[in-house]
Order: sequence, then C-alpha cells, then structure tokens
Amino acid sequence: MTKAEHVDHPVLVETPDGPRLRGSECAECSTVTFPAQASCPACTGVAVADRPLGARGTLWTWTVQTFGPKAPYRGGAEFEPFGVGYVELPGEVRVEARLTEADPRRLRIGLEVELRVIDVPGVPGATTYAFAPVEEGDR
Amino acid sequence: MSGDVSIVGVGITPFGRHRDATGLELGARAVRLALADAGIVWSDVGFAAGGSMSAGGADAAVSLLGLTGVPFINVFNGCATGGSALATAHALLLAGEADYAVVMGFDQHPAGAFDLQPEDWGLGSWYGEAGLMVAPQFFAMKIQRYLADHDIPEAALADVASKAYRNGALNPHAWRRTPVSAEDVAASPSVCPPLRQLMFCSPGAGGVALVLARPGVRAPGGRPPVRLRSVVFRTRSFGSFDAFSPSVPLEVSASVSAVAAEAAFAAAGLGPEDVDVVQVQDTEAGAELIHLAETGLCAHGEQADLVASGALEIGGRLPTNTDGGCIANGEPVGASGLRQVHEVVVQLRGTAGERQVPGSPRTGFTHVYGAPGVSACTVLTTS
Repeated sequence: MTKAEHVDHPVLVETPDGPRLRGSECAECSTVTFPAQASCPACTGVAVADRPLGARGTLWTWTVQTFGPKAPYRGGAEFEPFGVGYVELPGEVRVEARLTEADPRRLRIGLEVELRVIDVPGVPGATTYAFAPVEEGDR
Repeated sequence: MSGDVSIVGVGITPFGRHRDATGLELGARAVRLALADAGIVWSDVGFAAGGSMSAGGADAAVSLLGLTGVPFINVFNGCATGGSALATAHALLLAGEADYAVVMGFDQHPAGAFDLQPEDWGLGSWYGEAGLMVAPQFFAMKIQRYLADHDIPEAALADVASKAYRNGALNPHAWRRTPVSAEDVAASPSVCPPLRQLMFCSPGAGGVALVLARPGVRAPGGRPPVRLRSVVFRTRSFGSFDAFSPSVPLEVSASVSAVAAEAAFAAAGLGPEDVDVVQVQDTEAGAELIHLAETGLCAHGEQADLVASGALEIGGRLPTNTDGGCIANGEPVGASGLRQVHEVVVQLRGTAGERQVPGSPRTGFTHVYGAPGVSACTVLTTS
C-alpha cells in the first residue's frame, strides 16, 4: 500500500501512540514551539530538541474560513468552508490548526478537541492535521 | 526653535483602484504634491526612503522624479513599510545628513485577500498548503478571543465599521465614500466569524509622500510645520500573538503595538492622555478596538463604552480614524501608514475640511500593525 502524502509531513511525526505534531523544546528554558525549530525564540539558545506534542487540548480561539484561499492552498476547485483555531495543549503551547468542525454554532472557546489526520479535500492521497471536537463518549 | 524634525510638506493621491497609473507612478505623483506643498523641488531633497509591498522598489521613482543622485533607501516591512521609511529618514535628518528628506509609500494590489507565500515569511510551504496563510483568519481569531476576554458585544464591530464609512464620506481622497449603517454592516456576509465583509478593508492602490526638514530648517512653502516628536518601529517580542504564527506560547506578553506605542510616547515626552486625534490600524473593525487599548489610548474593555458614547467620532473625546481609516480608504500596504501621518498633519494644520476635528487639535498619534508582528507609531504636535 502506498503511504498517503502528508501535505505537512515535516510537522507530523509517527509515534507508538499514533501521529503527533512535531514540536521542539528548549533544554535551557523549557519553551515549547511548533513546528520544531533548531533555536529557541524565547531565550535565543540552540540546545533545542524535537518533542512530539500532546494530542488533546482545548480551543483557545477559533474562526471559520468561508472563502477559498489563494495558492499555495491545495484544497482543489471545490471549496468547503473549514474551521480554524488555536488549540491550547496543556503545559506545552497553543498550536494553530484546521478544525474538522466548520459550523460556528458548534464551536466555542474552551471546547475539548483532539488531533486527527484528515484528507485534504480535492487532493487525492494528500493529508494534513486538524483537531476534532471530542465526542461525549470519548472522554 | 525645537530640536525636532518637522513635516513641512504632504501629498496624497486618491485611494482605491487606479487603472490609469502604476503604483510607482502614484508614489511619484504624491512626491510632487508634497514638494509643492513644502515649496521646494526634487533637487533640494538630500535623502529619500520608501517602499511598497506589491508595486516594486521605491527608488525606481528617481527615473520619474529626476536623476539627481539622491540616496534612496528601499523599505520592505509589510504594513510598517511607511513607518520604517519614516524612522530611517528621521534618524538621518537628526544626524544632520540632509536639510530635506522625502518619505514615499505606494502600492497597487490585485483584488481579493493578499496573495502571500509562506517561504517569504519564514514558514514552511505546508502552512499555506493547509489553508492557514490567510490574514483575515488571524484577525478574526484575535478579536474572537478579545471580545470574550473583555466582555465586549459583537455589535461594537458594526458600529466601528459604520463610523469608518461615515468619515470616508467626508474625505475627498477616500475610496469608500458612501455611508453604511451599522445594521447593513451587521447584515453583510460572514467572512471569518465574528467578522463580516463590510468590516474589512480591501487591498487597493494609492500613494502618499511626506517632506521632512531637519531641526532648524524652515521650508519656503509657508505651511505651519508639524513636529515629528517621535517615530518608533518594532518587531514582536516572545509571547506576542501575531499573524502567521503556527504556535503561540501559553504566557502572552505585551503586543508589539503596545511596546512600540509606549516607546513612541516616552520618546516624545507625552502620554496617551495628551492625544487629540488618533489613527490606528483598522484593517478590520476589531483591530481598531484592540489597538486603541494596546496603544494605551483606553483601558481594555472600555471600547464598548467609547463606541456607544460617540467618543471615537470626529467631534468626540478621542477622534479615531478621522479620514475613514483602512476600512474606507482600502489598504495599499506601502502607503497606508503614511496616509495616517498625512491625516494627522492636515488635522493639526486645521485644513481637514469637512472632517476637521474641532477645537484646534495640538497632538496626534498614528499606529500601524502588520504581519508577522511589526508595529510603527508616531507622535506629532503643532509647533
């Protein structure tokens, strides 16, 4: 089987627990960044190592993308609105992400969400990361 | 005679769509207007700086204005392009490098949201491919959180946009000159909730130029000089929540706008309480509300009262974006920050016509904010 192409493969890493966002952590000041980078934006140090980020967090803020972005967006010709938010990963960092939910009535600050790998609409075989609301039964 | 650099000439083209002129030509046209306003000619200019985002390098204007050999520095700092150019010219005049400097900002953008490449902003291509390289998303998410944190009703956004169109109607060089009611703003299509179509500015075209004089030099034009008390440009500090940030730390620090504004007031020896007329970045209505507080002109959460009481109107306590701001003028990025300075200069001269702030304003303030976390602020006073 051919492995799906992640649109954003540099920002995802496979772990025994499944795919995770690939962040980094500074050995000097413990600052966590996403995506991973080789130097620390907080203390300017370079003792920085990769760190898979937590898969669950809460929605810190959100909106909905209602129009098709210009290139290099790879969403294909048929545009479907998608949610966008910053997800607060406890003790780590807030990450910007697509949301699987695009209905403003079902999005709110504080909503519990978890990481998913989703197909990019209109681009066969391409995937990206997103966060999905945690269903009642999954808690 | 003060030790300040002064603004002795200003020029502006109409903002909007220009099919008959390139962005560069608009910039050169504004320079000619500013030179005439100052009563000098291009060969009197000893230094120039300027820039655009989408319309090329400013120094190309020498072929239109005259090949005098003038040193002309190109600036490319997004929304702070004008502010950076102004800060550069200010420093060189204080150093005594020239008697007169010209600062020029211009642009000409295609319709629709800005067409931005992640690699130009230090980001991986994945960021754009995933659909995150879209400026309205950031502004929507920032105001979404801000309204919740400070208990400001969404209705304030429609009121701010309506004020912009009302002021634009009084401004001969504005793009949007038809008043729009708050009800019509609130009924326009949702773009990125909570922001709606009529709450946003549009990328457009226009040119602005300023003539600055070194301390002690009086221009022959005879216009009352406006003192440039300070101009400060900053990039973001760690913890500032900014456009095109794949992540932000859990601990939020002072925004780049707050840092730049505080430094600008400190350098001027004045405070927000001294300001009589204000131009803050309003690329959408939420930005005006946020920037008023970030720059220290009001308390966080006070904005709903300021909007409701009319304090931000031309006749109010804190007249804000008196020329209609970005919402009514559009945003030719390179020109936008200098448009604000132009507006404060004409307000302080008392020549703003129908939109003149009453009571002879003496102190003005300008602020721009842009991706990926830059801000430029100025403090200007009458002589």
